[in-house]
Formats: sequence, C-alpha cells, structure tokens
Amino acid sequence: MTLGIDRPAAAGQEPERPSSIGGSTRFIPGQSHDRVTVVNGKVQLGQRLKDLWTNRDLLLLLTRTELKVKYKDSALGYAWSMLNPALVLTIYFVVFKIIARNHQPHFAIWLFAGLIAWNLFNNASMNATGVVVGKAGIVKKVAFPRELLALSTVGVAIVLFAIQVVVLVAALLLFGIHPDFTYVALLPLALLALVMFTSAVAVFLSAVNVYLRDTQHLTEVLLMAWFWGTSIVYTYGTIFLSGYQKNHPSLKWLQYVYLINPITPIVMTFQRAIYGVTQYSYLVPDTSKPTVYHVLPTWGVGIYAGMVGAVLLVSIGLFLLALIVFGRLEGNFAEEL
Amino acid sequence: MAVAIEIKDISKQFKLYNEKHTSLKERVIHGGKMPYTPFWALRDVNVDINQGETFGILGRNGCGKSTLLKCVAGIIKPTSGEIRVRGSLAAMLELGAGFQPDLSGRDNIFLNGSLLGLSRADIAKRFDDIVAFAELEDFIDNQVKFYSSGMYVRLGFAVAVNVEPDVLLVDEVLAVGDASFQRKCLDHVRKFQREGRTIVVVTHGADAIRQNCGRAMVMNHGQVITVDEPGEAIRVYLADLLGVGTLAGSESGGIAGNVLHIETVRAEHSGSGERPHLYPGEALTVIADVEALAPVPNAMATIAIHDDQNELVFASDPDDPACAVDLPEGGGIVRFSFPDVPLLDGTYAVSVGVRSATETAIFDWKDQVTKFEVANPRRETGRVRIPLDVSFELRSTGHTGEVPVVSGGLFEPLAGWEESTA
Repeated sequence: MTLGIDRPAAAGQEPERPSSIGGSTRFIPGQSHDRVTVVNGKVQLGQRLKDLWTNRDLLLLLTRTELKVKYKDSALGYAWSMLNPALVLTIYFVVFKIIARNHQPHFAIWLFAGLIAWNLFNNASMNATGVVVGKAGIVKKVAFPRELLALSTVGVAIVLFAIQVVVLVAALLLFGIHPDFTYVALLPLALLALVMFTSAVAVFLSAVNVYLRDTQHLTEVLLMAWFWGTSIVYTYGTIFLSGYQKNHPSLKWLQYVYLINPITPIVMTFQRAIYGVTQYSYLVPDTSKPTVYHVLPTWGVGIYAGMVGAVLLVSIGLFLLALIVFGRLEGNFAEEL
Repeated sequence: MAVAIEIKDISKQFKLYNEKHTSLKERVIHGGKMPYTPFWALRDVNVDINQGETFGILGRNGCGKSTLLKCVAGIIKPTSGEIRVRGSLAAMLELGAGFQPDLSGRDNIFLNGSLLGLSRADIAKRFDDIVAFAELEDFIDNQVKFYSSGMYVRLGFAVAVNVEPDVLLVDEVLAVGDASFQRKCLDHVRKFQREGRTIVVVTHGADAIRQNCGRAMVMNHGQVITVDEPGEAIRVYLADLLGVGTLAGSESGGIAGNVLHIETVRAEHSGSGERPHLYPGEALTVIADVEALAPVPNAMATIAIHDDQNELVFASDPDDPACAVDLPEGGGIVRFSFPDVPLLDGTYAVSVGVRSATETAIFDWKDQVTKFEVANPRRETGRVRIPLDVSFELRSTGHTGEVPVVSGGLFEPLAGWEESTA
C-alpha cells in the first residue's frame, strides 16, 4: 500500500478497520470496503505523506527494532554505543588542545556542543545509505512505505543523540559551565531543522544506493569533507572574525558561501547556546597585552533564529523533494535488490 | 457483486541487463550505457475479482502470476495500467519475510503485524490469538533465530491470517507445517471464505485450485489465457502445459466435467513380482482403470513420463490413431504398452489422461499418478539407451576384410548377464 496511492472514498478520515468485538474480529463485508487503494505508476506526494503518518507506529517499531538488534536493550549496550563518539572527542581534544596548544577555555565542551549535532547527521546518513539494500528481504516481500526504513535510521540517531545530551548535561554540571539560556530556547527549533535536513539526506541516499552501490563509500568520503567544512573542531571566529577577515572586507561574501552549508547554522546555534561564549582573551606569556580571540559572531537571538528557520524551511523543501525522488526510484526496488 | 480488485491494463516490463552496473564507478567507465533486453512479465492483464470470491491464478513458472500478485500487493509498480483494491489487503508472499532473527517471537509479531498495516493497539489485541494459532506459547520470548523452520513459518502464517484483511493474497504458501497445522490453515481459509473475504491464490498445483477456488485464471507469458470456473481453467492449463495443441474454442463446455474418471493407474513390467525395477529394454505396461458414466466414442488416451527432476521424458502423440479407444458406458481397462523401454537408471513418474478426439476437452488427467524404476545392470550412463554399433576397417587397400569387432554385443539378452554375475 505504498505506491502512488489515493483513497478518494475516505478522504480526510482514518481508514476504517473491521470493527472488533470481544477477542475476535467480526467481519462485516462491505463495511470496511469504502477504502480504495490504487496502485499505478504515478507518485502522489500528498499520499506519501499521509501514508507516513498512518504508519508512524511502524516507524517507531522499526527504530526500536534497530536499537534492540544493535544494543540488545541493555544499559551496557547503549554505553557501548557512546564509545565511538567519546573516542572521537578524546582524539580531537588531545590533538588540538594538548598537541596543537589551543588556548580556548573548556575546549572539550566546545567540541562536544558541535559534535553532538554533527553525530546525529553523520550517524543517520551513514546508516541510511545501506538500509534499503540491507533490508532487501523485507523490501522484496512486504509492501509498506519504504521511506520508513531510512527514517528509522534517523530515529536511531535521535536516540543516540539523546544519550549524548545526557552525558553533555552531566559534563556541564561537572565543569560548572552555564549555557546561554536565551539561546537554549532556540535548540528545539535547531534540532527540528537538523532532523528535517538529516531525514531529507537519509531518504535520498537510501534510494540512490540501491542503484549505485558505491554511494556508501562516496558518502563516507563526502561526510568527512563536510565535517571539516563545518566549524566544529575549529571556530567560526578563527576564519571570519580574526584579523585576516577584518583586513580584507572584500572577502565578506565568503562568509555567506560558508553559511550555505545547512549544518553550519545549526552547529553554531548549538555552540552558541551550550558553550555560551563568543570570545575569550588570552594572555600570551612574556607579553603584557591580552589578545582577544573571537569564537562566534555576537549576533542576537533573532539572527540565529532566522538562520535556523531558513534551514528548516529549506530542509522541508528538500525532504519533500527526497520523497519524490524516492518514489520515482522505489518502483524498481524489488527488481534491483 | 462488488468488485474487490480491479486490474486494468496492467503491463510490467523488466529490463534484462546483459551486464549490470551497480556502481557509479562502473557507470562512468561504461559511459552510462547499459544494454538490456526488454522482457514483458505482464502484458495488458485485465481482470475483476469480486468481493468474497476465492480466485485462483494458475500458470507455469515464469508466466507472470507472482509478478501480478506483487503488483496487486504494491511491492512492485506496474509499468502501465492501474489496480484498485477495495478494503485492507495483506499479502503472504513468503511467510515470515519481515522477521528479524535477533528479536524474540513477541517482538517479531509486533514488527510483522505493523509491516502488514496493523496499529500497535490492534496487534496487542490479537497477540494471544496469534501465539495460540502458531502454537508457540512456550517459545514466544525466544529469539526467532533459534526457531525451527516449521515454527518460523507457523508464526509467519499466524500473523498474516490474524491481520484479518479484506483481501488476502497467497503465493503457494499454504503447504506449511505438519499435517495438523495444515488442517488448521485450511480451516482458517474456509473461515475467511465464509466471512466473505476475498482470497487470491497463486499456484501451479491444480488440486488446490479445484478444492478451494470459485474461479480461476490461467496465465502464460504474462498474458491471460482464460478466466473461468476451476474445472475448465485447469483443463486449459493442463492442455497448455502439455502442449496438446491449441484449445482456442472451448465449445466442449458440458462434457469435460463428470463423464469419465480414471480410477486407478498402475505400472507393470515383465519382472513384476520378482524385483521392483525393470531393466532397460524390457516391456512396460501402464494399466488404467477408467470409469465412464456415458459412452465415449473415439476417446484419446494420452500418457506422459517425467523423470525425477520433473523433466518431461516422453509424451504421447495426441493425434496418434493408435491411442484412440472407444469407451462404452461403464468404462474398462486401458492399457498403454511399451514393448521396449530404452530408459536408463532412474525413477520415472507416469501421468495418464483421457481427452476427446477433437482436442477440446480433457475428461480426466491423473498427474504423475504412478511410478516405475529402471535399474541398468550394465555400465552405460545417461538417460536413454541408444542402440549402438561400432565397426572397424583398415584404411589401406581396396580390400575390405571381415570386421568382427564389438558389434551387437550391447543388446544380448539380459538373462545372460545375470547368469554371468551369479
């Protein structure tokens, strides 16, 4: 019941199921037949969205299944899932703070604030790429909205994100760092935009990988480039707010190019809210004058909200586009797998 | 009668690639070109299936029947045409298709039920019924990967039927589990029929169609050959399968049904009683006891032999006057005599049928009703013994001498061999 489906008879209402009396279902022929499923070559976006909504239980279940299979529903299993992000964080910390002698205070928190958002996107994109191919058994034999497979990887990423948030909050309390609560209010919107954008990418990649199986490897490389193209390890201020930029105002347009990357405004919002500091001063040894380092732009909540809102709108558009592409490609999944 | 499934002009083209490039790298290397042969798995299929009807689809392997079912289920998209399904639909294409081996039976019931379109609450309500039906009360919290294959399909079937769909699509999966479970499945199908649900069964077993269906459709090469009542459809299907000429005009209608029955069929050979098998070259007689309710003049007896790979070894000439028999009312014994069976080692299945001389009606057909075994005491191998003669002569002069080498030796009486080994 997935493909280009419309149910003119039941427009707007929940499809009726056979009424249930007691333990067993009494079937009344004709009663539930007002629902008509049409299968043809066309894809109707509205119907796709409606199907996604009616199958939301399935989405939750697929997500839970994935988590269960991966982490066996045990606390230790989930702790294990944190090993990878923890290791990444440690490596960056050691390399940039200890080896490269970065002076930024609470550098670990800075890293964590950006990584937490990036990990969600990265996790879901990587797993979504192989998900339709990996679940070929179901895709070839059962009819259901297959986008749900891609969306379930986003679901898994959200759960892992939530666990990281708990660790992050613990770290903030431990180090006694106060987030900037004015900007924390923006986080739900930023998270929504992030999930929307991630979903769009996940749905798109999961379908393309069925036809071009090396998408998986390309995704890996592209994600790495994308990661370093986003101010997560380094700061936005290092590039655009330091002396070089000030001395070359004609290069201001570069800043806008940089901000086209939808992940950047989201990551910056996370950093602005959680790290909460836009600049710090550092007293270089043997000099008396402290140097001021810019971390983030000193924009008000409005500008951050505007950026995140724009990302959200664009992401919704991309998500719908991804659904259309998915619908086009989905018709031949059963043959391609 | 309302229509449950409306199939309108459905065509489905598959692309058979000579070489499939599944990566971007390969596509770039080959300049994006992928030569393919178009293959029409379905061609302008039109049929309406009524509500409450049990509808069978018959056809040989590769005739498109499963493709059609997948189109109706929405698993693959038709190239052109449209299908309208009224009411909820569940497809049993492979039992337990959505199972996750690492999850428990309990979790899998929820997962599979959701895949079939049920909400969580619905599944929770039916959970106990499903477990009881699958007879898995003691194992429901075990991981499915530790289930036996029987338990696996039982659970799959239990979930699928307890979805209680308006339309149920079944693809040759009813023969699961042990005899008692099969009985239960069949009872459930009957209950579905009584409740007025629509069932579509795809199979190549004629018996299942005859027993369960109200109407049947025969398909071949992606096209509909006929849609008719089961008896007639099976006749057309068998005729098509056996290649007994074309059966275009089916004016036979009435007589095909109950005029004549083949009661028993057995095979005898010259060594029957002493040994179960016959030797190559021996005579074989297939004896069919035919009951006729009315005289059938000029009936044609047909016989076919299949090997254990189900490959056709021999089918009689449908027009051979030697196969014509005049059956009086009451019937009698029809003997098929093969004076010399050239087959080598193997077990062979015999099918016997009687049809009208005009090729329009098959009165009865017993598919692979009896078997015979051939054991070759000598050392030739293969399927048949082909008479062989080897001779030798010198190249040189014009002089041809006697060439007494190996000729004739292969076909000496078998008794001699038995004596020599004794």
